[in-house]
Amino acid sequence: MTAVTPAPPSTATPAAPADAPPPRRPGGRSRLRAAAGFAFGAALLFAVAPLALSDFRLALLAKYLCVAMVAVGIGIAWGRGGMLTLGQGVFFGLGGYAMAMHLKLADAGPGGMPDFMQLYGQLDELPVWWRPFASPWFALPATVLLPMAVAFGLGSLVFRRRVRGAYFAILSQALAAAMVILLIGQQGTTGGTNGLTDIQGFFGYDLDDPVNQRMVYFIIAGVLLALLALARQLIHSRYGELLVAVRDSEERVRFLGYDPASVKLVAYVVAAGMAGLAGALFVPAVGIISPALIGIVPSIEFVIGVAVGGRATLLGPVLGAVAVAWARTALSERFPGTWTYLQGLLFVVVVAFLPGGLASLWALARRRDADSASRRRGWFPTARRRAERAEVPTA
Amino acid sequence: MSERTERSEGRAGMPSRHGMSGDRLDGLSVRDVRVSFDGFTAVDGVSLEVPAGDIRFLIGPNGAGKTTLVDAITGLVRATGSVCFGDQELLGRPVHRISRLGIGRTFQTSTIFEELSVVQNLDIAAGARRSWATLVRRRRGIPDEVAAALETIGLTGRADQLAGTLAHGQKQWLEIGMLLVQDARLLLLDEPVAGMSHEERDATGALLETVSRDRTVVVIEHDMDFLRRFARSVTVLHAGKVLSEGTVAQVQADPRVQEVYLGHPVDAGSVPSGLEA
Repeated sequence: MTAVTPAPPSTATPAAPADAPPPRRPGGRSRLRAAAGFAFGAALLFAVAPLALSDFRLALLAKYLCVAMVAVGIGIAWGRGGMLTLGQGVFFGLGGYAMAMHLKLADAGPGGMPDFMQLYGQLDELPVWWRPFASPWFALPATVLLPMAVAFGLGSLVFRRRVRGAYFAILSQALAAAMVILLIGQQGTTGGTNGLTDIQGFFGYDLDDPVNQRMVYFIIAGVLLALLALARQLIHSRYGELLVAVRDSEERVRFLGYDPASVKLVAYVVAAGMAGLAGALFVPAVGIISPALIGIVPSIEFVIGVAVGGRATLLGPVLGAVAVAWARTALSERFPGTWTYLQGLLFVVVVAFLPGGLASLWALARRRDADSASRRRGWFPTARRRAERAEVPTA
Repeated sequence: MSERTERSEGRAGMPSRHGMSGDRLDGLSVRDVRVSFDGFTAVDGVSLEVPAGDIRFLIGPNGAGKTTLVDAITGLVRATGSVCFGDQELLGRPVHRISRLGIGRTFQTSTIFEELSVVQNLDIAAGARRSWATLVRRRRGIPDEVAAALETIGLTGRADQLAGTLAHGQKQWLEIGMLLVQDARLLLLDEPVAGMSHEERDATGALLETVSRDRTVVVIEHDMDFLRRFARSVTVLHAGKVLSEGTVAQVQADPRVQEVYLGHPVDAGSVPSGLEA
């Protein structure tokens, strides 16, 4: 007890502190690379795409980019937080309907009512819960805050009760089903199966005008880049590290004095906010929001894009979402009817053979000849790269 | 040597920003704790006092209720009775609240975050009291308490290595390091030296002695050689009850302990090898 060794002797720890390299951190170089990546992405979205694509294709791209925004959120909640959310359509829909309600009211003019209400609902006046959406000051924040509030309510109930894994996935999917049933059932005030269609204007701009469509595209591209920057900050923050820790070992995190429920809740709420924003921008880009766009099937399609691209990476979900959406359009144009089968096949192949998504292919190629010790799993390229950098000097 | 010891002592017991460790040394007091699962009583009225700064070993045959007792103390299973650390009652609080009172534990299987680096593991363990404003920012450099813990557990040179690629012993030290930065003042270690080499056991024992200077340590262990060298006191559990308690020599000389371990009482003279069974 008197002659105490201050630390486990260095015989047992080969890397003696004296000749160890100074601790390195994700610093300058990765930041520079990220800035270059963002500049490249911005150039692609703002210069190359508008010049290379026809108005029709550019409008399609705008739609894909909305799906990509949902994917960024799923990447955080599922890829980083381990919450397989099969109900992002709900939040996408809440954002979309909030925006569409405002635009419909704006189209109808002051004191007017959306056309479908007289048609199906035989209503004499606007339902109470529609009224606040006449004001852009209410409707615009609501597109994001409403989904976040719903996610907060659901998440608080579910995560504290330690519902996770498949149970959470099924529950979130049931929510999507419930939302669709509710919308269809209330046809007089929600437009039912048709949804809210035929949206003409966007804050005073005529959406039929190609110039304005282009403007909507630019807004969407800008918002997507902003969301990516936000996601990157979140992933590299202490919270991002904690979220991965919760994903990998929730129990252990609890024993460190954290409440994993609130850690997961934040990721879930952020993902819901992103989906809501995506839904809100989808409406002016496409001109419609309907139950068919937010139900179970679209919710699963959001997830497929993320899985194909690589859920745990920053760009994987975005690229995967755009690629799958693009493939869907391209293939349905040529071989109508086969897309559903191809999509299912794609999902099965990725889940079975490439759980890390396409992003892991790139990572695998990078480290083919490196040691096999850390190759056990293919879906965490950033941490592995960091480990590689750290290993070189000590070896 | 003395200078080095002193310096490292200052580090190991470095009072954190919260001033919680180092300046207060508390004991653990377990009174009449019972845990039952569907009619099976795993812990049957255990009472024990672990004085502040002790290194208490909990031993007993498989199924004696050692791990279940630790589960009860840390809030993982429901229990009746009373568990006090210092003047704080622990029973009835949720796991993460108990942890914030300064109770840290490890598990039989290593539960570090394998996909994160050593520093990230320690940084997360250090951060349970961080505000959200801190959490959403990036970590800059290595916090002092993390650097001190790295030094104490001898992993400074592996700070940026992925935890999953550490050797078995190093993973266990990382677990202990996480308890240190977590500001745990009571360490509950479940078989910390299982599967370790001789050098690693020695290093772990030395580490326990270092950390026990300003912390209370409870160790569940089957390794009797390790117990003889590092235990300051021993509690023997059997079938959910305390069978014997005292110093290593006292416990070894207890005929009831011999009976449990060997199946029959042994003459007190031939004891020393008795516990090795």
